[in-house]
Amino acid sequence: MSIDRRQFLAVGGAVVASAALAPGMRLIELAQARSPDQAVSNLQRWGMLVDTTRCSEGCSACVTACNKENGLEQDIRLDIRPQWIRKVTLRDENTGYVQTLPMMCQHCEEPPCADVCPTGASFRRADGIVLVDRHICIGCRYCMMACPYKARSFVHENLTDQRAEIPRGKGTVEACNLCVHRVDEGRIPACVEACNADGGKALAFGDINDPASDIAKRLATQQSAEIRADLDLNTGVRYQGL
Amino acid sequence: MKSIDFREIEGRSLGYYALLAFFGVLVLIGLAAAYYMETNGHHVTGMNNQIVWGMPHVFAVFLIVSASGVLNVASIASVFGRVMYKPLTRLSGLLAITLLIGGLCVLVLDLGKPDRLIVAMTIYNFKSIFAWNIFLYTGFIAVVAIYLWMMIERRMNVYTRPAGLLAFIWRLTLTTGTGSIFGFLIARQAYDSALLAPMFIIMSFAFGLAIFILYTMSAYSLTGRPLGDEILRRLKNLLGVFVASVLYFVLVYHLTNLYMTAHHDFEKFILLDGGVYTALFWIGQVLIGGVLPLVILYHPRLGHSRRMIALGAALVLVGAFCQIYVIIIGGQAFPLLLFPGKVVSSSFFDGVIGQYRPSLPEIALGIGGVAFALAMATFAIKILPFLPASLADADVDPHQTGTKATEAAHA
Repeated sequence: MSIDRRQFLAVGGAVVASAALAPGMRLIELAQARSPDQAVSNLQRWGMLVDTTRCSEGCSACVTACNKENGLEQDIRLDIRPQWIRKVTLRDENTGYVQTLPMMCQHCEEPPCADVCPTGASFRRADGIVLVDRHICIGCRYCMMACPYKARSFVHENLTDQRAEIPRGKGTVEACNLCVHRVDEGRIPACVEACNADGGKALAFGDINDPASDIAKRLATQQSAEIRADLDLNTGVRYQGL
Repeated sequence: MKSIDFREIEGRSLGYYALLAFFGVLVLIGLAAAYYMETNGHHVTGMNNQIVWGMPHVFAVFLIVSASGVLNVASIASVFGRVMYKPLTRLSGLLAITLLIGGLCVLVLDLGKPDRLIVAMTIYNFKSIFAWNIFLYTGFIAVVAIYLWMMIERRMNVYTRPAGLLAFIWRLTLTTGTGSIFGFLIARQAYDSALLAPMFIIMSFAFGLAIFILYTMSAYSLTGRPLGDEILRRLKNLLGVFVASVLYFVLVYHLTNLYMTAHHDFEKFILLDGGVYTALFWIGQVLIGGVLPLVILYHPRLGHSRRMIALGAALVLVGAFCQIYVIIIGGQAFPLLLFPGKVVSSSFFDGVIGQYRPSLPEIALGIGGVAFALAMATFAIKILPFLPASLADADVDPHQTGTKATEAAHA
């Protein structure tokens, strides 16, 4: 195969241009990424996609991983035991069809818990993670009244041996924080990791604001739904197969 | 018209000190209960992750709602110019303040972190109705205190009407805020209704007036001061109107829900098969707190008996307590609707009725709050002239002598 000089110049020019532009494109990408000492920004929005068709009834890998990761003690009366993530089983009233899915804080864009919190202890971080500042939570539980997803737990007992990166304490309210300590290190939440390793690979995590991310691509091309979409809270956690 | 002779009560009798001591003991027990709950954590209470607000909140809301309602008596005189209510204004303002403080104490001592109250007083999220309420409550105490000052200080008497008007508007706002704590909760079927704010206002009218009648009757009977039939007749007739209005609001609330198919399950729970909540609704709230008091208060013979008027007012308060219990606990017990058309189950009590059994510490804390409110009022009437020396018909009614009232009493 031979090419003439005109063709050679065209291909060569394209290669040189790509080589020159690529680092620039990469720089834009880097500029949007965040170094650990930088504040979070709304350029990112962390979210989760749950494929309920891959979530099986006997599996609770996500729950076990969450309890271990966050040091949630298990030898507590069930009605007061903190549960940041739980498996919920649904049976259709008319058809009898049974399915199961994990429920946790849905990380709303407009979180009702943060609206009602008198001190602002419940808040939404710029990157979409809804958190409780355990240092200014006064334990009024108004957020638990307001949360449409029953996502929050109140710490009813004295705690000991909490993990340093997960502040928890008696008399305050807590919930799934999307493993914010892991996310800030560039890792994925413990439940997602466990589901991918030991479960049915039903959970996906990522930046839904980044069109190149897997989660954003799937959200753009596949059906998904919010729980209680009627409330128009724009949740960060979405479900498939509901 | 004669000027009203307000006088401190003597307050030296053994009975007075015994009463204060009794309240004091209840307050101490309440404080001990709060300390017990605080040091052990809320696992010693009946509250859990399903029923997050329990008995302390029932007591607190009862006291706070009543506090704003008890001020009505003063408003009727200062804002609406009814002269006959003028002798009652000071006690009305006093009880408004003490009941509110009692309620707030209960609320604050139930917090998971009561030691962080300073945080709540310094860091605000103004989208939260709780944050507004901190201002509405403390402001209410200040406004009513100023109102009382205008009433008690002779030189300031000319400002009584504007101060009374401000206090009246403030109390309407305050109860709107209390009702909206629940009314703005979009997620729960029992709440999520703008109707709750006006319903709480009319509830406050009834509960506050019932407390006022009982406190006045007790105070005048214990101090041996004269209390005329005419003033009682007016108060009990007004109470009847308020009780009927509460029933009306309850009716509209449930009719609205019944019209929406999505709320049928919730209505069935409260009205038919909710066990203790259904019983408290029909027997406690509707029968004991509504129908019976109406029969007693408007009965041609019973309505003139002091004992029966007192009984009627007491029944209104029993009903009040049941009503708030059904609203707060019953409203939470009904599970959140996350997946319409699905039967839901989980380890976190999804889809099941929440279980709650009031615990002794919670009840003790609540009673402590009531006792604190009554103790403050009972102490205050000894050190400041809150009570008229006489509420006899001839002393309070500018338009008629005792004869007409006596006729009414014998009718």
